[in-house]
Amino acid sequence: MTEMTYREALRSTLVEEMDRDPRVLLLGEDIGVYQGTFRITEGLLDRYGPKRVIDTPISELGFIGAAIGMALLGLRPVVEVMTWNFSLPAADQILQNAAKVRYFSGGQVSVPLVIRGPNGAGVQLSAQHSQSLESFYGHFPGLRVVAPATPADAKGLLRTALRSEDPVIFLEHAALYGIKGPVPDGDYTVPFGQAAVVRPGRHVTVVAYSRMLHLALAAADELAREGVECEVVDLRSLRPLDMDTVAESVRRTHRAVVVQEQWPLFGAAAEVAAGIYERCFDDLDAPVERVTGEDVPAPYARNLEKLAFPDEDRIARAVRRVLQ
Amino acid sequence: MQHAEPITVPVDTLLEWYRTLVFCRRFEEQTERSFRRGKIGGYLHVAIGQEAVPLGFLSAIRPDDVFFVSYRDHVHTLVRGTDPGTVMAELYGKLGGTCKGKGGSMHLFDVARGNYGGYGIVGGHIPLAVGAAYALRYQGTDQVCLCFFGDGAMNSGALHEAANLAGLWGREGLCPVVFVVENNQYGMGTSVERASAVVELARRFDAYDIPNERCDGMDVVAVYEVARRVVEEVRRTGRPYAVEALTYRFSGHGAADLFQPYRTKQEVERWRQRDPILVLERRLREAGALDDEAVREVEAWAEKRVQEAVSFAESSPEPPPEELYRDVYGA
Ligand SMILES: Cc1ncc(C[n+]2csc(CCOP(=O)(O)OP(=O)(O)O)c2C)c(N)n1
Ligand SMILES: [Mg+2]
Repeated sequence: MTEMTYREALRSTLVEEMDRDPRVLLLGEDIGVYQGTFRITEGLLDRYGPKRVIDTPISELGFIGAAIGMALLGLRPVVEVMTWNFSLPAADQILQNAAKVRYFSGGQVSVPLVIRGPNGAGVQLSAQHSQSLESFYGHFPGLRVVAPATPADAKGLLRTALRSEDPVIFLEHAALYGIKGPVPDGDYTVPFGQAAVVRPGRHVTVVAYSRMLHLALAAADELAREGVECEVVDLRSLRPLDMDTVAESVRRTHRAVVVQEQWPLFGAAAEVAAGIYERCFDDLDAPVERVTGEDVPAPYARNLEKLAFPDEDRIARAVRRVLQ
Repeated sequence: MQHAEPITVPVDTLLEWYRTLVFCRRFEEQTERSFRRGKIGGYLHVAIGQEAVPLGFLSAIRPDDVFFVSYRDHVHTLVRGTDPGTVMAELYGKLGGTCKGKGGSMHLFDVARGNYGGYGIVGGHIPLAVGAAYALRYQGTDQVCLCFFGDGAMNSGALHEAANLAGLWGREGLCPVVFVVENNQYGMGTSVERASAVVELARRFDAYDIPNERCDGMDVVAVYEVARRVVEEVRRTGRPYAVEALTYRFSGHGAADLFQPYRTKQEVERWRQRDPILVLERRLREAGALDDEAVREVEAWAEKRVQEAVSFAESSPEPPPEELYRDVYGA
C-alpha cells in the first residue's frame, strides 16, 4: 500500500500503462504544455513526446471522433475532457459511433477508448459547468460508465479501463483530486460492475458513488452517534450496475437510501431504487428514499447552490425517514 | 483542377471497370426492387449515377489501405471485392450478411478489406477517418485512409473540426487521409447552392491549408487519374488532400424520395447523357474493345451475378435470437 492522492493515482496509472503499452496515447485540451487543467497529465509531454501526448484544439467533436478512429485502428487512446460538460458537442461521436459501432458492424471492430475528466458540480460554477452526466451516458448500451470515489478505485478502475475493449466513460470529480488514501501496489485493478460495501451496518443501506460517497460516509458518522448503523455501498460502476451487492445489503438491512448529485428524473438513483424494488420488495420495511440534486439548472449564488445539491444533513434526514 | 500527365489505363482494366459498373448498377436496381417487395427494410440509399467515384478511388488504393463511407455505401463495398451475396444478405437482414444482419444498408463493414464502414449520421464518420489516418502513421505504416462523404456533409461541424485536425496533424506528416466529396448536387432535396455559402466545395479546404481539387466524377478514368496521383502524394507526405468529385444521383435520395420536387426531369436527363456507364462504354467502343455482343454478354453476366446474390440472401437464415445481445461489449 502507498498513500497517495486521487490525482496521483490517476497520473501514476497513466504512466504505468503508457510505459507498458505503446498503443496508449493521450489527447486533450491543454494536457501537454499547460500540464493539464487539473494537472493529471503533469510532465507527460516531456516523458512521451507530442506524438503520444497530443494537445488538441478546442474541438471536442473532432478529437473525440478522431480518438474513436484511432481506437478502431488498434490504438488505445485516452481522451481528457477538461470537464464532462464539454463532452456534449461530442455526444454524437460518443453515443452514435463509439457506443454502437461494434454492434452495427456485427462485431468486426472494437473501440478501446477511455474518456476521462471531472464530472459534477464544483463551487459556484453555475448552470453550464455543474452537471453530472452519468445517467445520460449510462443510458446507452455499448458504453462502460465508472465513477471512482477513492484513490484506490481511481487507480484500479482506470487500469481496467485502459485494458478494456470497450469505450469507457470515466467520471472523476474535481472535489476529489486532492483526497488521500491507501492504494495497493503493483498491477492493481478493480473490475467493472463491482460495487463495494465500504462501511458495514445493520439498520439501513445507503447507496452512493463519486463525491456523494463521502457525504454518505459523513452522514453515517453522524447517525452512528444516534445509534443508527448505516451500511454504505459505493457503486463505483454505473454501467454495468452491480445490483447484486446492493440487493444483498438491502436484504439484511430492509431499508435503503440512494444518493446522487444529478437531477432526479430518470437518474441513477431512480434506476437503483427500481432495481431494489424488483429484487427485494418483500424484504423492505419502508419505501426507498432518494436524495438527489434539485430539479433546476445549477444556480450561481452560494446560498442557492447549497440548496440545489445534496449534503450530509439531507442524507441523514432521509435515513431517519426510512427508519421511522 | 490540376493537369498532370494522364495515366494510361490498359484496356483490360477498362473492360473490367465496365463490368463492375454495370454489375453495381444492376445490383442497386435490384435492391430498389427488393425494397418495394418488402424484402429490404429501413432506409435504402443507392448510388445509381455515382458509381465512378468509389470505383475510381478504390481502384487507386492498395489492399491494405482503409476507408470510411457514409450510408450510401453499397457500391464502395462491392467494388472493394466484398462478396455481393453477403452485401445483399445484409440488406435482407440475414445472418449471412456482412454484419450478420445487424447493421443493414447504412452500415456495411468489411474490415478484412479495410472497409471501416458505412455510417448514418451525416458527417459523423469524418473525424473517425482522421483519427484512423493518424493511427496508421503512429503505427509506422505507409497506408492511407480514404473518407467518402456527400456535399451535404460539407456543412456539418464534424467535417470542419476533422479537417482542422487533419491540417494540423498533417503538418507533422501524421494524417494520410483523402477527403472524397461525392458532390451529387443535393443533400436530400437541398441543392449545394441552397446549402453552402461557397459552392465550389473543394475550395473550402483551403481554410485548413489542405490541398484540394475538383474532378469529373462521371468519368471513372478521370477519377482514377486524380485518385492515383493524390493517393501517391498522401502516402508519400502523410498530409491530407481533398477531392471534390462532381457527380449526380439518378435515383431518389432514398427509397422514399418518390416525387423529387427539388429537380426537373430535364436536369436528370442532361446528367444521364454523362452516365458513367455510357461514358466508359463510349470510350471502349471508340477503342474497338467493346461491341453490342460484348455489351449483351456483360449485361447477362451482371444479371446472373445479381440473381446469385439475391438467392444467397433469400436462403441465408435470419440471425438467431442470441445475436440480439451479442456484440454490445467486447470480451
Ligand atoms: C446529422 C444528420 N442530419 C440529418 C440526417 C438525415 N439525412 C440523411 S442523408 C441526408 C442528406 C445528406 O446529403 P449529402 O451529404 O449530400 O449525401 P448524399 O445523400 O447526397 O449522398 C440527410 C439530411 C442525417 N442522417 N444526419
Ligand atoms: Mg449529396
